Parts: sequence; C-alpha cells; structure tokens
Amino acid sequence: MHNPQLNAEGELTHLLTLEGLPPEVIGRILDTAVPFVSIAEREVKKVPLLRGKTVFNLFFESSTRTRTTFEIAAKRLSADVINLNIGVSSTSKGETLLDTIDNLAAMNADMFVVRHAESGAPHLIAQHLSASGKSHIHVVNAGDGRHGHPTQGLLDLFTIRHYKRDFRALAVAIVGDVLHSRVARSLIHGLTTLGTAEVRVIGPKTLLPTAVESLGVRVFHRMQEGLDGCDVVVMLRLQNERMRGSLLPSAGEYFKHYGLTPEKLRLAKPDAIVMHPGPMNRGVEIDSAVADGSHSVILPQVTFGIAVRMAVMSIVAGN
Amino acid sequence: MKIEIRSGRVIDPGHRIDREMSLYIDAGKVAALEEAPRGWRPDRVLDAKAMVVCPGLIDASARLREPGLEHKATLESEMAAALAGGVTSLACPPDTDPPLDEPGLVEMLKHRARSLNGAHVYPIGALTVGLKGETLTEMGELNEAGCVAFSQADAALGDTQVLLRALQYAATFGYPVWLRPQDAALSRGGVAHDGEVATRLGLPPIPSFAETIALDEIFELVRATGVRVHLARLSTHQGVARVRQAKREGLPISCDVAIHHVHLCDIDIGWYDAHCHVVPPLRGTRDRDALRAGLADGTIDLICSDHAPVDDDAKQLPFAESEAGATGLELLLPLTLKWAQEQRLPLVDALARITVAPARVLGLKAGHLGVATDADVCVFDPQAHWRVEPGELKSQGKNTPFHGLELVGRVRWTLVAGQVVHER
Repeated sequence: MHNPQLNAEGELTHLLTLEGLPPEVIGRILDTAVPFVSIAEREVKKVPLLRGKTVFNLFFESSTRTRTTFEIAAKRLSADVINLNIGVSSTSKGETLLDTIDNLAAMNADMFVVRHAESGAPHLIAQHLSASGKSHIHVVNAGDGRHGHPTQGLLDLFTIRHYKRDFRALAVAIVGDVLHSRVARSLIHGLTTLGTAEVRVIGPKTLLPTAVESLGVRVFHRMQEGLDGCDVVVMLRLQNERMRGSLLPSAGEYFKHYGLTPEKLRLAKPDAIVMHPGPMNRGVEIDSAVADGSHSVILPQVTFGIAVRMAVMSIVAGN
Repeated sequence: MKIEIRSGRVIDPGHRIDREMSLYIDAGKVAALEEAPRGWRPDRVLDAKAMVVCPGLIDASARLREPGLEHKATLESEMAAALAGGVTSLACPPDTDPPLDEPGLVEMLKHRARSLNGAHVYPIGALTVGLKGETLTEMGELNEAGCVAFSQADAALGDTQVLLRALQYAATFGYPVWLRPQDAALSRGGVAHDGEVATRLGLPPIPSFAETIALDEIFELVRATGVRVHLARLSTHQGVARVRQAKREGLPISCDVAIHHVHLCDIDIGWYDAHCHVVPPLRGTRDRDALRAGLADGTIDLICSDHAPVDDDAKQLPFAESEAGATGLELLLPLTLKWAQEQRLPLVDALARITVAPARVLGLKAGHLGVATDADVCVFDPQAHWRVEPGELKSQGKNTPFHGLELVGRVRWTLVAGQVVHER
C-alpha cells in the first residue's frame, strides 16, 4: 500500500503513523534524538535547525502535556510556534477542518502538529495538502482518535532502547485499555518493526480490540501470566469515563486485576522497567509505590519525549 | 411514435431470451420482437448492432434526496443519472428530510418525478413516524399515495416490541416490509467492519453479529407474523448462510446486496478513504466472496446501487465523521457486468439481478420485454471501456469508491415508455 508519509525517495515528509515505516527510518529518528537529550542540559538550550520556520500546534482535542512538549521541542529548534486550540475556536463557528487548514496554509505555515479526536484526521490533512499543491507543509500526528500517537511510540522506543539496548531479546507487556489506545497501537507497530522478541497485551476482553493478535502481539487476560518474565511493562491510562459502565464495573475492581503493584511487578524480570505515557491515575492503573519506585522510568520518558519530537520535526522539515 | 431497435443482442432475463434480433416499439409499448409488425414504418431506427438490448434496469435502492436534502442532490440531477445508467425504475428509501412518513410528501415526490419525464419512481414509505421507531405510520394512506413497501431505511429499530407490531400491522394488509438487518445497540457509533482493518486504523467497529442477531430476530418475527420481508443490504458471510437456511425453510423473504459490497472489502479503506464509508460497512474478503456466491446461487435475489449522493463537504472529513454512502446509479450496470465477467456468469443471469428480480420483489410489471408491456429499455455497448471520472457523472454526488477504475459496458440509449430519454 502507498505510504503517504514517505516521498518518492523514501524519506519521511510527514509523521502520520509508525505502521509501515522501515526500521532504518525509525532508527534514524532515535539516533537523531540522542544528541538532543544533552541540549536540554546546556546553558543555551537551542539549535538553529528550524530557524525561520513556523510550526502550528493544531489541537482539535485539548491536551496540555503533549502540546507543551511539542512547543518546547519546536522552540529548542528555534522555530516560531503558534498554538491553536481549535476545539474551542473555529470549528465551533462552523468552519470545516480543511477550511482551517487552508487558512493556516495561506499564512505560510511550514509544519502542522495535529491532535484530533478522530482516527485518520492527520492523514486527511496530509492528503489535502498534497492535493492542493502544498506538499511542502509537513504534518506531524500528535495523536488521532484511537489510531496512532507516533511520537509517543517513538519516545517509548527511545526509552526502551536507552535502558535495554537490543529489542530482539525483549519481552514487552502493554497493560490496560488497548481498545481505545493510540499509544498502544503506535508502540506495537514500532516494537514489531524493530524485531522485539515478544510483545504482549494484557487486559480484560472489554478493553482489547477484535483481532488484536493480527498486530503481532500475544494476548493475556491475567497480569500474573502476562507479566511473567517481562523486561518492560507499559501501563496505559484508563480514561475516567471508562472506569464505570459497560466496559468495567469500577476503578477499584480494575485496580485489583490490572493495577500495577509492587507484588505484581515482582513477576517481571528483576531489572524490568515500568513506563506510562501519562497522565497517570495513581491507584487506578498504577500504585504510587511503583510509579515512584526504582523500576519507574516515567519521568525520563518525558525528557526523552522532547528530544524525540525535536528529532522528528528536524527530520521531516529537512526532507 | 414508432421506434425500431435494430439487430441488437436482445437479452430478456424474464423470458430467458438471448439472441440477436430487432425490437419494435409502438405507442410506448413493445409491439413485437424479431418479426416486424405488419406494415411497419418506423419513425426512428436505433442501430443496435453489437449492442445489448435489455429491459430498463430496476434499482431497488436509490436516494434522490428530495425532499429536504437538495444540497446533496435533486430529482433533476439524480433522474439524469438514473437514465444515463440505464435505470428506468427505481425505489427510493424513506430517509429524506422529513422522512416519507406522510401521504402528502409521497404524492409530492411522485408528482415531481412524473413531471420530469424520467425513470419511474417507487417510494418506500417510512415504517414509523420520522423513522424514530416509536409510532406506526399510516401505511394504508401511504400505500394509496404510492408507497410500494415500508422500511426504516438505515435507522435501525431498537425496540423489538414496536418492530413486532409494525410487522403485524403490515402483515394484516399484505404490505411488504424492507428491513436492513443491523442490531441498533451493537452498531451504535460504529463505522467499519469489526476486524483487523478497523483495529489497525482505530475505527469504531460494527461486528458481523450485529447483522446475524438482527437476522435471527427478523426471522422469528416473520414466523410469528407471516409478514413478507425484504432484507436490504446483506453484508456478512454468516448472514448469507442464515438467509440461505431461512429460504430453505420457506420463509417469505427476499434479499439484496449493494453493488459496492460485491466488489469491495474493508481493506479498500486504505488510509481512511471516506468514499469507502458506507452502511453496512465493507466487510472482509470472506464476506465479499460469500455475497458473490449467494448472488450466484440465488440466496441473494438482486443487486441494487444503494445510491447515496453525498456532497463533498460531508465526505472531506475524518473517516468516522464523514457521511456514509456512495453514488451508484451510473455504475450499477458496468459493475454488475464486471461481477458477471469475473464469475463467468452468462449475461442473461447477471442482468436478471438488476431487472426481473427487483421487479418481482417490488411487485412491478416492468423488468422484461414482453409484447404489450411498457417499452422501458436499456441499450448498452458491452465492449465500451471507460474510466470512472467523478466529475463526469451526472449525479450531483461525486462520491464513489470506484473513482479512477476502468469499467466495461456503457449505456447508449435509455427508453422509458417508448421514448428515448437518454443517448450518448
């Protein structure tokens, strides 16, 4: 199938999904991110790679954290950054998604960082830009519906590589609401592309999508079995509105079965790392003792996230 | 007016005719086949050499968007599309705005359609007021106004008690009811087949059993009420098996499939092609194969276009937010021919699915070329290759998942009641 994020030379011009990205492209992003981590420790935290470029953060769905990390990443690359919370401006005035895009394109945007509640919105925008002769504008998916969150997937891969080196020897367990999770989908694609020995998903049947095995994962319904011998445990956020209803009876029962406690973590390898895309629900999917414990790499994930987003933005802008 | 359609390959599935001959039309009726009537002096001769001459097509589901949705399409635009596609009779579902739940609306629609001098329009009335699934419509009045059947269109009826009563009431007077088998709760919010593709793309799913559970429920209610039910838009392989079994049991049911389901499956969604957003959703390859087999063995009676013109603005949206539907009136014939060719099916059998079979289900006298019947005729070039360019379609809806596809078979002349109403 045509991969809409690569140009004719096979270079990344948009980042829409990790699915179908060649391992070399992913590897290059991770490698590029390495020196960016140390930039944050310098007195002057800027490099001039995107000087003179204008990056629009288009958030059709609100998110403080992801938007902030993209903003910091773009600013450290010396870009001009405009934040637009579109969920509360133009669409409520009746403007269509693509009208908004056309207007911003006319303001000579160089890059759109897009967060949208519907799967496929960044693909639609990228296709529209290309159909209207504006393929020089790059699109970076900052999370679309249940589909993908590729920069989160990349920062997860970066974190795992940082602590564990070789993917081909690892067992990675992803725990929780896989059904609604774009984070899980992106990470699964990234892990399988890089040859991870075993990718597991753990959750109740109500929170796992149909045919999830077709993504290349092993399915577990019990933490005790799924965590056994794992090198990496990725906890997913459980949205408030899903804690009670027909998907789950209660947050308490969810925690009992799928919350990560020090006892359950002991089933994983002694040097296992624990990750979470944030924001965490302490006492729902993760116990504070684990979140703040020695296995947790949740805060380094945030730091790496900025470096990875700098790498993505500089690479797509350069192609 | 005397018209002679000369030396074409006449295919009349209703009479199992397939041979080269001429068709003679006089005063709007079929006057003779093969041998000219005595003293025949035609006013016009259509040279049909190397063409196929068949009954005008009957499309069992075509939305004309009137009343109320004229920004999507008008009777003028869709009538032109029908005739360009060789369609001379069509049934339109009641999902207009307002829905066809009052005799006045139906009379207005029929009147508007007649004044355009195009295809015959057979409205399907709403089964419940406003298609809300609460109150029965005045089916008797609607029937007198011209409704040939009653349906909920795509609005699934969630309340089984209401459905039972609607079926009992319709059965009392012998009105057929058209139902799209889809469980309301299980399909709520869904936009794509519940399988690998929807999981990968993160699209809200509609499971196959949303169809089979609805079918089982409908079959039970058919047994209980004796109502004649037409099952609209079958989509799953399990559904085909259920219908096959129910027909074997002798239930008074018939069933159709939309032409896009005959050719496409969920993989065709690619990276969120909103043109592939249709209801029911495009399902897996196994389902598509079963639908084709079901058509071939007669489990599925007929093919319809399920024509649904949608304006660009409503399609240029993320997949799940886009409006479902595909334009189809002008593609029904070539896509049916494509299916026949791929299945190595005789043309006479393939054309039956879009002529005599829908006529039977709709209770129309049309759909065949018997002497003294209305001369509704489609003459097409079975060798003409053409590419689907949405901009060149007559329909106001340019939304088709088949854009850019090369098809074979193009309508040359369409006649309604002995008048040439389309030629190219």
